[in-house]
Amino acid sequence: MYNGGKILLGILIFLALATFPFYNNIGKADVEPKPSIDTPAIQKLSEKKCIEPTAFMKAEHMVLLNEWRDLAVRDNNRVYVAGDGKKYTISLQNTCMKCHSNKKEFCDKCHNYAGVSPYCWDCHLAPKEGK
Amino acid sequence: MGIDRREFLKIIGASAAFALGGMTIVDAIVKDDAEAAQYTPEPGALVAGQWAMVIDMWKFKTEDDRKRVIDACNSAHNIPDFGEAKDEVKWIWDDSFEHAFPETEQKYLQASLEKMPFLLMCNHCENPPCVRVCPTKATFKRSDGIVMQDMHRCIGCRFCMAACPYGSRSFNWSDPRPYIKHENPNYPTRTKGVVEKCTFCVERLAKGEMPACVEASNGAMVFGDLKDPNSKVRKLLESTYTIRRKPELGTGPNIYYVIRGADNA
Repeated sequence: MYNGGKILLGILIFLALATFPFYNNIGKADVEPKPSIDTPAIQKLSEKKCIEPTAFMKAEHMVLLNEWRDLAVRDNNRVYVAGDGKKYTISLQNTCMKCHSNKKEFCDKCHNYAGVSPYCWDCHLAPKEGK
Repeated sequence: MGIDRREFLKIIGASAAFALGGMTIVDAIVKDDAEAAQYTPEPGALVAGQWAMVIDMWKFKTEDDRKRVIDACNSAHNIPDFGEAKDEVKWIWDDSFEHAFPETEQKYLQASLEKMPFLLMCNHCENPPCVRVCPTKATFKRSDGIVMQDMHRCIGCRFCMAACPYGSRSFNWSDPRPYIKHENPNYPTRTKGVVEKCTFCVERLAKGEMPACVEASNGAMVFGDLKDPNSKVRKLLESTYTIRRKPELGTGPNIYYVIRGADNA
């Protein structure tokens, strides 16, 4: 083999670099994102619960929001009757974000972790928060 | 040995019956009408068969009167000011009589009309050409006659801008956020690459409020239901002479302009 040593060395260096993420993270626990619900509006609530059970909101909020936008914009149905019979105005900006006024600590935490970038805030204004 | 003709027909008949019957059973079990009942319109919302507006430009005495109305809309809806005419985003704006009503062109026009600016906006047509050309159905006509725009669906093809004979639609050539002077935190902005226009303030009607321009106009603009013979707009249309923009195109515009003689000016 011509230049065998160099080729083998090159292959070794390549493998070392390509597998770096794997051995670098071996044994380290995956840090689960913990979205914060510590906002003034939520602190004031006597019972800290969202419009639907937390498990449902965690898994299905994007489906719910998608439904909301179609029903509000296209069918002009702007009131959502939750599972427990309470009524809420359908609005990301004026309902969701009034309680969850900490977009960076609440929304972005999980979205960044999951590597998704929803385009909600291209148009909808996020509440002003200190940087 | 294979099956005979009689046997074959029996099997076919039985499977057809099973397939049809099976579907009805599945339909009976899988019901999703519970979903739809979870949503209702807002209880205090204003409703109409066809919203329309009557604008009396003679009640706008000064430029400030017009500016107040335009500003009310601009600040309520986060409308950007790009500072250049070719990028202009406009929901409600003013222009001369000649430009607003080109088909009425005549050399010796009533002097008061010649100089009079007219407030223009989306006409919420009965037969909107913008809706017909929209490839994604982002723009659509609601049951109350409002020509509405679903920004989530707009792909920015600008067919609607070409179709609209009134120039009521504007395109966001760049991100409008930096050009909004006073952000209204309760209303969304738009993003780069979507078309926007006047919505007759659907978000205010849903809360039982009049459109922002009407509220700021001190009675110069009247908004109401065209299908209701007792509504304020119908009473006004019966008692005064009004014209519409380019009615000959057959779009059925729903903004009416009061025209008065020179002695009433």
